[in-house]
Amino acid sequence: MSEVLVLVDHVDGTVRKTTAEMLTAARRLGEPSAVFVGSPDEQARADLARFGAVKIYRVEAAEVSEHLVAPTAEVLAHLVAQTAPTAVLIASSSEGKEIAGRLAIKIGSGLVTDAVDLEPGQDGVLVTKAAFAGSYVTVCTVTSGVPVLTVKPNSVTAQEAAVEEPVEEQVETDISTQARAAQVIQRETRKASGRPALNEAAIVVSGGRGTGGDFGPVEAFADHLGAAVGASRAAVDAGWYPHSNQVGQTGVSVSPQLYVAAGISGAVQHRAGMQTSKTVVAVNKDAEAPIFDMVDFGVVGDLFTILPDAVEKLSE
Amino acid sequence: MRRCPNRGPEGDEPVKVVVCVKYVPDAQSQRTFSADHTAERASVDGLLSELDEYAVEEALTIAEDAGEGQVIVLTMGPEEAATAIKKSLQMGAHEGVHINDEAIAGSDSIATSLVLAAAVGKLGEDEPVDLVLTGLASTDAVMSVVPAMLAERLGLPQVTFASELTVQDGAVTIRRDGDVASETIRASLPAVVSVTDQINEPRYPSFKGIMAAKKKPVQTWSLADLGVDAGQVGLDAAWTRVVSVDEAPPRSQGEIVTDEGQGGRALADFLTARKFA
Repeated sequence: MSEVLVLVDHVDGTVRKTTAEMLTAARRLGEPSAVFVGSPDEQARADLARFGAVKIYRVEAAEVSEHLVAPTAEVLAHLVAQTAPTAVLIASSSEGKEIAGRLAIKIGSGLVTDAVDLEPGQDGVLVTKAAFAGSYVTVCTVTSGVPVLTVKPNSVTAQEAAVEEPVEEQVETDISTQARAAQVIQRETRKASGRPALNEAAIVVSGGRGTGGDFGPVEAFADHLGAAVGASRAAVDAGWYPHSNQVGQTGVSVSPQLYVAAGISGAVQHRAGMQTSKTVVAVNKDAEAPIFDMVDFGVVGDLFTILPDAVEKLSE
Repeated sequence: MRRCPNRGPEGDEPVKVVVCVKYVPDAQSQRTFSADHTAERASVDGLLSELDEYAVEEALTIAEDAGEGQVIVLTMGPEEAATAIKKSLQMGAHEGVHINDEAIAGSDSIATSLVLAAAVGKLGEDEPVDLVLTGLASTDAVMSVVPAMLAERLGLPQVTFASELTVQDGAVTIRRDGDVASETIRASLPAVVSVTDQINEPRYPSFKGIMAAKKKPVQTWSLADLGVDAGQVGLDAAWTRVVSVDEAPPRSQGEIVTDEGQGGRALADFLTARKFA
């Protein structure tokens, strides 16, 4: 069976859930090989093996992580030439998509971003993705080269398929001067909020204009459910919550099991970032808010009484 | 603060910025697909992609701060795409280039980046281009890959997703907010830069701007003008193929309760029943 390259998504060595999801999807297409930029520790190796990585390619990190995306694309191009894989899977983050874009040009391959599902087909991999803010579902195939696919977090359910001892290989490749042109001169990892990461959380609770700037009830409700906290563009533009928490077209795109919109009207811009959520709940004073058109459950009322009341009932 | 990019040793040459913009179907309208699985554009009002306004604004600010600058707005698309150029000129861009060629229809991001890269190359023939600016994504396809692809094709540094930007001493420095970290990224000019909607507040065209735009030069180029082979672009040359397009199953409206004191309990009950709590 031929290899499927999976670029490992990790934060300072900790393998993210998206990687387990990609390894799971990769197993449908061939034998997953994890490409790890950096040095995987015991835990990282174990995580990759647990989700079926047959091989682990280690790439020396310093040269790669001091520069923006271009070196990673070079490394992957080198590996594609060496292994002739069935596909290359990359997480659908802004960085992941840029790596994918550059790789596609380098190797003459078609690219599909934001895949929510993958399966083998007669004419190659069938890739499912949403279009026009989730109002359409399209299925595409790649007709040129090795398919380069970015996979949306939380779309594939990670399933274990342990490999006893993945084969490890150090990748030696020279990074071109050109790829080193954009230099990362400072990196500040965001302070851990203690909450799950927005794009991989199983539950997301977001606040909007209706919070009036007080995210207290939204955060308390989120913490009770072990959820990540999101915010609408209106709330972010008003300076009530950091932009890194913005859910929507110009922020983070989420597809959790449960999405709770509190005080959010549900503009197209916002729906584009959460429409693929499995279950949607809204609390809003305005019964006419468009968000209510797409909810599984909605409460018309004041979030300042409803959210704390719900927490109280759930604590009983 | 932004200063002249100091291109030559004297450091006082005018800055030359190319802004790539896209004409898109209005996101507020009912967007659909055509029989060939491309976005249906004829029946829907189009406009300058909202996210590109930030790139136009940033280009104007850079040129203004440099004292002397030239902002060229570049688009590819059918006749109507001229609307996107017009809006940019009304905002203050100095000239427009419209790549209009039947063969372009249905082009994917790979072909789009090929055509735009050729156009940027042509624009740099007389006077080199200092900066290529774009928005963070188009509001229709929303892939956010063309800027990276342009950088790859042009062999220029890629400095993307800028929420802050400084041009100084022949280099561009940006702040990039990722999902786990904020980075400061620096590259020497020329460079390809994409900007987010956090970077500025796009200006509205003034009456004077609207009148002035009518006299601004707009060139129309074909693929032949760019030396791009028509066989490399368009739907048939795309490296991906859409197999099917289906309307997403409508999210049926679930239960809506009006809070009369029991709203919190109802919400708790729903979450418990669905095993979320």
